[in-house]
Amino acid sequence: MVIRDLGLATAERGEVSVTRTPDGTLEVHLAGAWRLRGALPTLDALEHELAAAPPPRAITFETHDVASWDSSLLMFLVRVREESERRGVRVDPRGLPGGVARLLELAEVVPERKDARGKQTPPTWLERVGLGAMAASDATWEFLSFLGEVTVAMGHVLRGRARVRISDLLVFMQEAGAQALPIVSLISFLVGTILAFVGAIQLEQFAAQIYVADAVGIGMAREMGAMMTAIVMAGRTGAAYAAQLGSMTVTQEIEALRTMGISPIEFLVLPRMIALCLMMPLLCLYSDLLGILGGFAVGRGMLGISARVYFTQTFNAVDLGDVAGGVFKASVYGILIAVAGCLRGLQSGRSASAVGEATTSAVVTGIVLVICACGIFAVTFYILGI
Amino acid sequence: MGTSTNRIDQNAHITVRNLTMAFGDFVLMRDIDFTVRRHDVFVIMGGSGSGKSTLLRHMLGLIEPAKGNIFYGEENFTAADPDERQRMLRRCGVLYQSGALWTSMTLADNVGLPLEEFTELSPSDVREVASLKLALVGLKGFEDFYPSEISGGMQKRAALARAMALDPEILFFDEPSAGLDPITSRHLDDLILALRESLGATIVVVTHELASIFTIATNSVFLDAETRTMGAVGPPKELLQHSNPRVREFLTRGGTEAEGHPA
Repeated sequence: MVIRDLGLATAERGEVSVTRTPDGTLEVHLAGAWRLRGALPTLDALEHELAAAPPPRAITFETHDVASWDSSLLMFLVRVREESERRGVRVDPRGLPGGVARLLELAEVVPERKDARGKQTPPTWLERVGLGAMAASDATWEFLSFLGEVTVAMGHVLRGRARVRISDLLVFMQEAGAQALPIVSLISFLVGTILAFVGAIQLEQFAAQIYVADAVGIGMAREMGAMMTAIVMAGRTGAAYAAQLGSMTVTQEIEALRTMGISPIEFLVLPRMIALCLMMPLLCLYSDLLGILGGFAVGRGMLGISARVYFTQTFNAVDLGDVAGGVFKASVYGILIAVAGCLRGLQSGRSASAVGEATTSAVVTGIVLVICACGIFAVTFYILGI
Repeated sequence: MGTSTNRIDQNAHITVRNLTMAFGDFVLMRDIDFTVRRHDVFVIMGGSGSGKSTLLRHMLGLIEPAKGNIFYGEENFTAADPDERQRMLRRCGVLYQSGALWTSMTLADNVGLPLEEFTELSPSDVREVASLKLALVGLKGFEDFYPSEISGGMQKRAALARAMALDPEILFFDEPSAGLDPITSRHLDDLILALRESLGATIVVVTHELASIFTIATNSVFLDAETRTMGAVGPPKELLQHSNPRVREFLTRGGTEAEGHPA
């Protein structure tokens, strides 16, 4: 900020010299170009003179040699004033350029509002643990009550008391379905090859390479197809839901819905959740298939297994129960991801960074929920003998 | 819901009684007490940070009062359950500060959504009513535009059309002139007055625009950020003579002369 520029020949930086006049005042002589870019001159000389006995009566300024100035001069003068006030020496601003004197006046005219900064003492270690525990229990409670609200809203839809807009639903199905195919293809194919590699190295030791087909087929159908699709969709669609609903919170669109008596859950959450719940099983089936193809690529290229043998082996290994279990899990993961995304979006604060946090949190929550559910399914399926 | 009928003015449309607004321990405003009569244009005014918009959000049930009650007619809104609140709010329309149009929908869909949800109209009728409402605010022909494709002033007007979709008895305006140039905001004021004349609605406006306040208000409340309570209630022109200096200061842009207002 160049407030005034005299355009004279300039020294590189502001200079200060202090002289004591016979009548007991300190004359501060300022010169050169005062620029924020350069370093600020120190107060050493002035402090030295202020400390020397007898104390000066006042401080005056001589500024004829100042070529140009900006906030750096102001900063310097504020320091001079603070220092001299501390020692009870009067500052005479008359020698300063008019603009500087006025700015200096502005800087001191309004007393600081004591309540503006708030009374924040950093919490102690124990308090932080307590606050963290309370926040965690609140978050769990919020998630459960949101899940409850969604269930009630779903009940309304099923009983015909509310309805989901079909046009919205179709758009979300397209976004969460067909448009997700490329990334799901890539990830699933690679996961299939990875499974095959890991299996191949172990099975080769027993000359049982053909069982790579079993490992990949069962692995994809029972667990990895649903799991990898879920993780891709949490990052892709869960994040998108949180960002959409979060920015709608910022622009008060959600409030507008609420005051109009339109439930954001019925209007915004249900179509997204139903779309993901319907599309996830399809994506999972597709992912199973691509994973098996990935396994075949390794089986063919590395182990020399023929297509007919590989696929026959796969068909014999994987039964309908494995595939159905995976597809069912995918559907549940879809619900969890949509609920996590929508909840975080609706909880978002009203700023750009809050939407960012909501999005991050949606992905983390979504993936954590999916992994937890996966563990619960594994135990349940084992106990039920599926 | 006959809640102590005798205490409430027969002509009252909204009554705010002993309201305290607080966030946790921080009390924003206490002891707010005023009545909005039918067909009033009631202005909630005050400096920045005095809690004008927060008061509006209390009146819409978006924030729960720390203390006190809000009545719609003779019904206690604060004590009502969510379904009853929804029924009371269905008689209200709200114009938000930012417009808050649903950005993923066209203007016609924005205006049409409340009609779709709460009336038995057929889709083609909904569309026609939406066009009519848009025409009322001067947006004929913009039915298929998205909110991002029109200017800020047009967004405000479209949001007004949406607020009026269900022919509300009460219209709330949150800073209607925020972000608009003086002429556009003047037109919006004229529109507000015209709507009040023709629809007979009660209008509650949150604003700090002096020009608007003196043009449209029939009654007002002044929220004082320093004492954290309301400074005065009354028609703005009468408040120019009010004993509270901060009220006079606000209404004259800090000038000492009471006559300095742009009447």
